[in-house]
Amino acid sequence: MPAWLDDLLWTYQNVVYALGINGLLALSMYVVLAVGQLSLGQAAFMGLGAYSSALMTLKLKLPFFAVLPLSCVVPVLFALAIGAPTLRLSGIYLAIATIGLGEVLRAVYLNVGLFGGALGLSGIPNRAETWMIYGLLGLAVLVLFLVGRSGVGRAMEAMREDETAAEVMGVNVRRYKLGALVASAVLAGIAGCLNAHVSSFIGPNEYGFEPAVTILSYVLLGGIGSPVGPVVGAWVLTLLPELLRGLADLRGVVSGLIIVVAVLFLPNGLLPWRMRRRGA
Amino acid sequence: MFAQQIVNGVLLGATYALFALGFTLMFGVLRVVNLVYGFYFSAGAFMALGLTRGFGLPIWLALPLAAVGSGLVAVVIDALLLTRLRRVNAPELASLMVTLGAVLALYSAMTVALGPDIRRFPPQVLSGQAVELAGIRITDAQILILAVTAVLVGGLVALMRLSRLGLAIRAMAERPDAAGLMGIDTGRAAALVSFLSGSLAGAGGVLIGLNFNAIQPYMGEAMMLRGFVVIIVGGMGDIGGAVIAGLLLGVVEVLTAGYVASDLKEAVAFAILVIVLWTRPQGLFGRAQVRRA
Amino acid sequence: MMLEIAGLTRRYAGLVAVDGVDLAVAPGSVHAVIGPNGAGKTTLFNLISGVVAPSEGRIVLAGQDITALPAHARARLGMARTFQNIRIFAAMTVLENVLTGLHVRLRAGPLGIVARLPGFRREERAAAARARVALDMVGLGPRAEDRASALSYGDQRRLEIARAIAQDPRLLLLDEPAAGMNPAETEALGALVRRIRDLGTTVLLVEHDMGFVMDLSDRVTVLNFGRRIFEGTPHEVRGEPAVIEAYLGAKVAARLARRA
Repeated sequence: MPAWLDDLLWTYQNVVYALGINGLLALSMYVVLAVGQLSLGQAAFMGLGAYSSALMTLKLKLPFFAVLPLSCVVPVLFALAIGAPTLRLSGIYLAIATIGLGEVLRAVYLNVGLFGGALGLSGIPNRAETWMIYGLLGLAVLVLFLVGRSGVGRAMEAMREDETAAEVMGVNVRRYKLGALVASAVLAGIAGCLNAHVSSFIGPNEYGFEPAVTILSYVLLGGIGSPVGPVVGAWVLTLLPELLRGLADLRGVVSGLIIVVAVLFLPNGLLPWRMRRRGA
Repeated sequence: MFAQQIVNGVLLGATYALFALGFTLMFGVLRVVNLVYGFYFSAGAFMALGLTRGFGLPIWLALPLAAVGSGLVAVVIDALLLTRLRRVNAPELASLMVTLGAVLALYSAMTVALGPDIRRFPPQVLSGQAVELAGIRITDAQILILAVTAVLVGGLVALMRLSRLGLAIRAMAERPDAAGLMGIDTGRAAALVSFLSGSLAGAGGVLIGLNFNAIQPYMGEAMMLRGFVVIIVGGMGDIGGAVIAGLLLGVVEVLTAGYVASDLKEAVAFAILVIVLWTRPQGLFGRAQVRRA
Repeated sequence: MMLEIAGLTRRYAGLVAVDGVDLAVAPGSVHAVIGPNGAGKTTLFNLISGVVAPSEGRIVLAGQDITALPAHARARLGMARTFQNIRIFAAMTVLENVLTGLHVRLRAGPLGIVARLPGFRREERAAAARARVALDMVGLGPRAEDRASALSYGDQRRLEIARAIAQDPRLLLLDEPAAGMNPAETEALGALVRRIRDLGTTVLLVEHDMGFVMDLSDRVTVLNFGRRIFEGTPHEVRGEPAVIEAYLGAKVAARLARRA
């Protein structure tokens, strides 16, 4: 590696981590939106992945290669507990239940001793590497791309457009929705684990309402025509506050307004290109 | 002691009911889950704070002004964000996302403008005096809560049942398409419903602010969880269900805090939410229709 | 029987949309359901296809009781339908719409999809070929790569039919297929329905265009206020006073009878 690149990476190491992790989070939101549902549970799933993996490392002393895959277990269990009852109903219920999940988990982290209260958990060893983060991000994009271009992807787009029509064509709509939510929990849980193991500290306020909505803004900015859009959206919105330091305080305002503008005026996002799904 | 807890719970529940009432009204009539709703709660509390602190107004004057103020905020926000989506018959996902983005922007702007710290009402607003009745202590804040909730709930029911306006609103809830044909100005009725529910949220914010004497920008967001629980337990769009569910939630929370662990208050609300979703998604008291996917 | 319905009922608050309807559709036939507006025809279709759950009654498809099955399972058993208000996937291409109709035939597992195994590739190629056959059959072959939203109204209706026949259904439900079509288009549609039947698919259709129905159907069931008021051949239906009354109201029917 040339020295200048090494320097650059060193200086902006945290930004480099954040770009990869936020990319994974954007994909975690994308898989749910891709089947026409809105879940605000991604930050909560990330928090569950972060806390459970940090505890596995700190208390159980498990090696990282075991912690990383195990970090999606707890988020997936929560996704099933919430998704199974709500996904039978209209989409409002999933949105409501997942917003509620974020609120209640924050209260639990704050009040239960095991999670370190307001101080959170610190001293988490830095075991995640840049190559792991980007390797997993690349893998996730590739898998979602391949799945998206198969019959499964067509079924997902069909139910996003017209659930009833998709169902009478034989798409098991509920199973697809639950599958998407579980995939989302896996991605977010892994992102949480990676985040915990590069930042050495995690706290109860990192997984609340604002991060949840910010993740949504990544995807709406990028567009859901392909898995590339959300990642680009995440990168733009992660870099923006770094470039414009004055904006740091207004981050929430910017994320929120992006969502409003995107829904009202830019329904396809910045990258309107959509995958073709015409088979092999 | 137990009786005292029940009274405290009912009074807390009354504010939950007030808050959820506006939420469920909005859903029942406008068919939209407006996630900005929690912001009206915070806005009402801050307006009352400004009026009492800045202008030295007494609380009996500040409270209705704050309620009207947050009602107007609700009308403006509804007009800016949702009128357009209603006109093109956008999917519910769109209105959820728009209001979600808007509420984050509003909370963040509020936090930047007013600071994230907890604020308190000036001491002269409420003396903190209490009366004792048969061994049960009731503070003047709680008496105010009870009186305001009774007046607002009674007024809302009367409005819906007795006035022409209420009839128009109920017609819109039943058949939005037909209401337009029957000569009801649906745009104006929608603005009115926004105003009513925004006012209810604002009044709820003032009362909770008084009850705990703590006001901060994101207080409405924490309240949304209760709002969700109340409208899901009570049945979406069901006014009577919202009142009962609100009171119940208040009592359960206070009892949990008193007899189990004070930290579990939020978890209890959420546990109720999940259990009801698993077992009776149409709401415990509901004939309220669940629109199945 | 291809489809047998017994005592099928659907109640809404204060309204019985479908009221104890019996119906039997013979295999290989074209069977029409007619009736004035609000007679419950579309609700009946929603009940048969599983979009709406019945309050009472039984639905049997080719000997198998499907009353409790969800819509997607009914599709797997060989049922396909179109909608009265067209429900194509507007953002997709014409071909992709039809490929979605082939969903029930896809078998590739997650590994096959991600690793692009030969089985998956073969299956997708076969699906694309089948989809093109269906498109050619309705005459939309040249438009395969266009966006579905760019099609004209009549073409969108035909796309919906192509999407349904791509499922290779045993029973095809057509909900007002001729609505909004001009006479030439309606005639072509009639020929298409005959071909679909000749290829072995049983057709159940709801239609307002009487000429179309009488021309095409082997049997006709008449609904009014959610009840079956008559069933017979097109010829029998034409002469039945109860049917005329349902359509024109009692007074007009009586006047017609006097004149005759």
